[in-house]
Amino acid sequence: MTKGAGPEPGRGSQGEGASHASQARERIARRVAREFRSGELVNLGIGLPTQVAMFLPPDGSVRVHAENGIVGMGPAAAPGEEDPDLIDAGGRYVTVLPGAAFLDSVTSFALARSGKVHACVLGAFQVGANGDLANWRVPGRAAPGVGGAMELAQKVPRVIVASLHRDRDGDPKLLDRCTLPLTARGTVTRIVTELAVLEPADGAFRLLEVAPDATVDEVRAVTGAPLIEDEAGPWNAYAVADAAAPAPPATKGADA
Amino acid sequence: MSPGADVPAHGASPTEVAALAGPEVVGPERAAARAADLAATVPGGASVMASGFGEPGTPFLLLHALAEHGGRDLTLIKNDANEAGVGVGRVLDAGKVRRLVASHVGLNRDAVRAWNDGTLEIEIHPQGILAERIRCAAAGLPAFLSDLDADLLPETPEPRESVAWRGRSCTVEPALHADVALIRAHRADRFGNLTYRASGRNFAPVMALAATRVWVEVDELSREPIPPDQVHTPGAAIDAVLVVPPDFDPGSKAARIRRGERP
Repeated sequence: MTKGAGPEPGRGSQGEGASHASQARERIARRVAREFRSGELVNLGIGLPTQVAMFLPPDGSVRVHAENGIVGMGPAAAPGEEDPDLIDAGGRYVTVLPGAAFLDSVTSFALARSGKVHACVLGAFQVGANGDLANWRVPGRAAPGVGGAMELAQKVPRVIVASLHRDRDGDPKLLDRCTLPLTARGTVTRIVTELAVLEPADGAFRLLEVAPDATVDEVRAVTGAPLIEDEAGPWNAYAVADAAAPAPPATKGADA
Repeated sequence: MSPGADVPAHGASPTEVAALAGPEVVGPERAAARAADLAATVPGGASVMASGFGEPGTPFLLLHALAEHGGRDLTLIKNDANEAGVGVGRVLDAGKVRRLVASHVGLNRDAVRAWNDGTLEIEIHPQGILAERIRCAAAGLPAFLSDLDADLLPETPEPRESVAWRGRSCTVEPALHADVALIRAHRADRFGNLTYRASGRNFAPVMALAATRVWVEVDELSREPIPPDQVHTPGAAIDAVLVVPPDFDPGSKAARIRRGERP
């Protein structure tokens, strides 16, 4: 397959006819999937970050960690083929790829705390221009608990936020400082939204990429902190993986 | 040949040795009745930990027996609260729990509601801290030092203790022990050795070592000893093994899947 010819290869796609919001989510998931190098171990959070798995290289060369005890997680199980003992941390029935391992919870968090999980993808209520992340509790609202988010957001070397640019009320999620209770201080390394790819840069957001149908002015208008624009490039300019490259031979499994 | 399969070197058969060295083993015909008897020995105010992350690894037979026959004012320790009405949810519904210690209860709407109403006390810990606190109890250690940001941690009933250690600020996270551990495993042998399956492993290996009394429910009882290299939890830690009857239906999604229905 050549670049730009048809859908990008991956483990799945929502295809045509999806709503605007779900198209935005798919764009974010596709872009986040290009943040990882072959051989890396990445944890995908609940919700939008889960969708990233559909766009990882189909050869399994980017391995997925689920904190409930899986290294080498595969796509969601097909209807009728669910294994009742095999879920991800969000409770979805999933599959595993060749070379997978099942872990107890202590080992799973040992991987997360010691840097063996190279990157994690998390949703966000708010992100601060100082790299702070708020994603687990809103005062006055029923909070379900923090789960594994604090270990992941504080201890994993690369913390990638995958989120719509604004919240349900249309307010910016990217702010000078978070106002909600924090999950981690100063650890966010990259933010991917439907409009832009950015990184916290000491009180501003450095704009790295602008989406094809967006402008710098549009991004600035919905961002609650100053933008640094002089390194901005087109979509995928800062991608690590070339998702349009031909897949390696199918025999190369997750243990390669 | 699987490693260790040839190990028993003495004259006694595995069955004869198990009768002397193994835990109580209860077959599927008597498992429910025995679970009820065991649960009835859990006194009011006891601490009980249960394995499982979501459904996989959750000891439904033992938890439902606890809901019916256990004492009140329990401290129940489990990663999550399952879903409304099943597993931990059943014990909550029975009004037996004074405090639930968990990392996330979002899939059980009743638990979230009771927590917000103030009728249920829930103590939330980051999942890795919860696991490592239980590991400390399993390892006979008093506590560990955590470097998660102390200012951001969920509030606990007893304030966390902070210490400066070699220039770093850490919280002291005490070992979390329980009077009883309820464990779900996939397979046991007559020695109480266990293997887990898929994502059902989660908290079981540490919880099996972190309680005074440890009861296990399993899908299968292996006729032969599990090869030593394949044992995930040694039977030395286990007091009772109950083989779950194949027709036991806790109302779980797993049971629906096994009947060929939609989860």
